[in-house]
Amino acid sequence: MSTTTTTKRPPAAESRTPSKAAQLLGDRRLPVLVTAGLFLAMYVVGLSRYQNYGFGEAQVFMNLFIDNGYLLVAAVGVTFVILSGGIDLSVGSVIGFTTMFTAWLVERQGLPILVVIPMALAVGAFGGFLMGYVIHNFEIQPFIVTLAGLFLFRGLCLVISKESISIGDSSVSSMAGAQVSLGAGFLSIGAIVALVVLAVAFYVLHYTRFGRRVYAVGGNEQSAMLMGLPQGGTKIAVYTISGFCSALAGLLFTLYIQSGDPLHATGMELDAIAAVVIGGTLLTGGSGYVIGTLFGVLVLGLIKSLIQFEGTLSSWWTKIATGVLLCAFILIQRAMTARRKT
Amino acid sequence: MAEPQPVLEMTGIVKEFPGVRALSGVDFRLFPGEIHALLGENGAGKSTLIKVLTGVHSLDGGTITLSGTSVRFDSPSQTQQAGISTVYQEVNLCPNLSVAENIFIGREPTRFGRIQWKRLRREAAELVDRLGLDIDVTAPLSSYPLAVQQLVAIVRSVGTGDADGQGAGTKVLILDEPTSSLDRDEVLELFALMRRLKDQGVAILFVSHFLDQIYEICDRMTVLRNGTLVGEHMVSELDQVGLIQLMIGKALDQLEELHDHQLRSDVGESLLQADGVGRVGGVAPFDLEIKKGEVIGLAGLLGSGRTELARLLFGADQPDSGTVTIGGKQVSMSAPNDAISEGVAFCSENRKTEGLVPDLTVRENIILALQASRGWTRPIPVAQRDELVAKYIKALDIRPANPEARVGQLSGGNQQKVLLARWLITQPKLLILDEPTRGIDIGAKAEIQKLVVSLSEDGMAVLYIAAELEEVLRLSHTIGVLRDRKLVAQLANGPEITPTRILETIASGEHQ
Ligand SMILES: Nc1ncnc2c1ncn2[C@@H]1O[C@H](COP(=O)(O)OP(=O)(O)OP(=O)(O)O)[C@@H](O)[C@H]1O
Ligand SMILES: [Mg+2]
Repeated sequence: MSTTTTTKRPPAAESRTPSKAAQLLGDRRLPVLVTAGLFLAMYVVGLSRYQNYGFGEAQVFMNLFIDNGYLLVAAVGVTFVILSGGIDLSVGSVIGFTTMFTAWLVERQGLPILVVIPMALAVGAFGGFLMGYVIHNFEIQPFIVTLAGLFLFRGLCLVISKESISIGDSSVSSMAGAQVSLGAGFLSIGAIVALVVLAVAFYVLHYTRFGRRVYAVGGNEQSAMLMGLPQGGTKIAVYTISGFCSALAGLLFTLYIQSGDPLHATGMELDAIAAVVIGGTLLTGGSGYVIGTLFGVLVLGLIKSLIQFEGTLSSWWTKIATGVLLCAFILIQRAMTARRKT
Repeated sequence: MAEPQPVLEMTGIVKEFPGVRALSGVDFRLFPGEIHALLGENGAGKSTLIKVLTGVHSLDGGTITLSGTSVRFDSPSQTQQAGISTVYQEVNLCPNLSVAENIFIGREPTRFGRIQWKRLRREAAELVDRLGLDIDVTAPLSSYPLAVQQLVAIVRSVGTGDADGQGAGTKVLILDEPTSSLDRDEVLELFALMRRLKDQGVAILFVSHFLDQIYEICDRMTVLRNGTLVGEHMVSELDQVGLIQLMIGKALDQLEELHDHQLRSDVGESLLQADGVGRVGGVAPFDLEIKKGEVIGLAGLLGSGRTELARLLFGADQPDSGTVTIGGKQVSMSAPNDAISEGVAFCSENRKTEGLVPDLTVRENIILALQASRGWTRPIPVAQRDELVAKYIKALDIRPANPEARVGQLSGGNQQKVLLARWLITQPKLLILDEPTRGIDIGAKAEIQKLVVSLSEDGMAVLYIAAELEEVLRLSHTIGVLRDRKLVAQLANGPEITPTRILETIASGEHQ
């Protein structure tokens, strides 16, 4: 059929493949680039304004990871959930619970921290598994189920103790104080763990069948089911991962702050969700990159340190700036998806 | 002649949905190396039978035997593992993933658990190529038209089962209306593929409303009517007339009617005038005039720009050159609003993503566009609304004829009718119909075509897009021929215009 007969095909490459411009605008990597660009721009602004106050020091940059490591871990877990088309509101409570649980076991029960860590992680993962199980098997909105999880874990904090418990255990403080030097500065254990979690998440999402299933379920759950993908198992796994990440974030937070408190990390699920969205992941699921989440967290962290350097601004400006950014990014996403449909 | 053992046998299958008995005691057999057509009107239960078999719906009664052993599947993934792969009606893929991933997801080539992306893309490109498709497999699925998506779904199903030794290899292939958006060329490629699989001993279940296709490719057929089995026949033993009679339960003479039906010969004054309208990457600049009461059919191959042309006229895509004048008034084409307020309606080919709201009722879906055009502050009086809805349910024979039914629960063909009703009810001046009869059974198709003719007699202009050339020819006053995203000819319909003539025009790319 290669000769010019009635069935000659159109020159396919050009007629069936979207144009270059459309491809660029529809490119799913664009939001991540935008966020990375924003981070760079903010960093340069910081450099130019606070150069004399030491903003340019390598350690200021590294502190971004040290001060936000726990948030990054939590946000990575939330990235999985949002990519699958769900939402997890229990993150902050699970973090708060983990700080209480850890502090209580270490201080009041005298268990060594190395025993407590796996226990805390198991509890968080199991909590996530239960939420995923309910969401999948009873077909209840993830919003509702994880909201119940939010109250449940916060309540459990108070069951353990109404007061905060500060940790004096020597192995905990030595862990918390450990510094891993890195060229001109150093990172804490928490920051290193966060970066490892990020790398593992990236590998899982892009190089394993499970990771691709997360995207498929987020793209169209009904289709994923009809394509013969175990969509239920994928959903449960995603919430389990988020529970695990929240517990790990809780442990990092405990190290960072060296105490347990029933009110720790209240509302942190919203910071995590904000970071994910600013990082370019669509709230509707199926599109985004975990690297974007890193930039989302860094942008939020950088806002905080810029405001600290400014010195005169109240810390509420952090929230305001976050809100403005979030709105802007959701608008960009909207424009992009609208573009993609046509 | 001793018949071989069927690879798949379903007996006494019963399926009930709340208020509907979709299948009552249906028997179905499928033999290795045969292509078996499953036939019936819209809503007869074809898709339901497939979904019950593959574990999407639970079974309310009956038994299923695969290769001699009794089976019952709880999910499509189990069914796939047992060697049955399925392309469901409508495209069920993930629009956010690339074409290559859609083909391979769930069975990606891996090494120590790590996906081998290069190999995946290369193999996907080969598979796609074998079906005669020349596309970039790394682009997201959503960037391709419906027909390409449908082909990708087929490629996926054919590839399933023979990857890294897991799965039993495909024994049974189920295709639920795979050809509904395809052009002749693509259909031929698909048929060649089906014949290859058949020679390898694969049993194929094929659903289509195109009877010519059934007679071309199938060996045996099973006919359903209202959820009951009407009969199983060899294709060679039953002619089309007899088949139609089995399907609808009475002799069909109305089909003939349309052939004698005279198109209105005099068309009115100019309604829409497009001058040099075009869009880079869409359609090259074209001039087109549409008169009142005129039916313009668009013909062209897949990807020739039919849908794109319609979208430009409607303002769904913004043209980068040219002007559109509707009713003597030049309209800005920045958004569909302008076209809508000038009385243009667009019935999209993609009912699933751009059309219906599955969780709303038939009535709500039908009334949606009319209500939107009136604004939300002026609701349509209840009595008038119910009367209108009832009228169109009857005119299009939507089944079940219950305005309260949820659209998502209707059969594919009936959903299409609901979408059509939505736009007809707004009584537009120009109605753009993109593949309006996709997935619609032969009786209803004739009804819809008659409706188009009578609308044009009442002065409505219609822009009609259909993959079937005969359908375009039967209805149109003028035929616009597209090739490579260019409007290459506008032919006035007449006795000398035949499908062959149009194909020649498409091939040569110029008006002869
Ligand atoms: N999920 C559901 N809930 C309730 N009723 C349903 C559901 N799915 C299908 N039905 C009903 O079952 C009947 C058979 O539908 P089915 O989709 O099997 O028809 P079909 O033969 O495939 O028709 P078509 O040619 O239009 O695709 C219809 O009356 C339909 O309304
Ligand atoms: Mg069907």
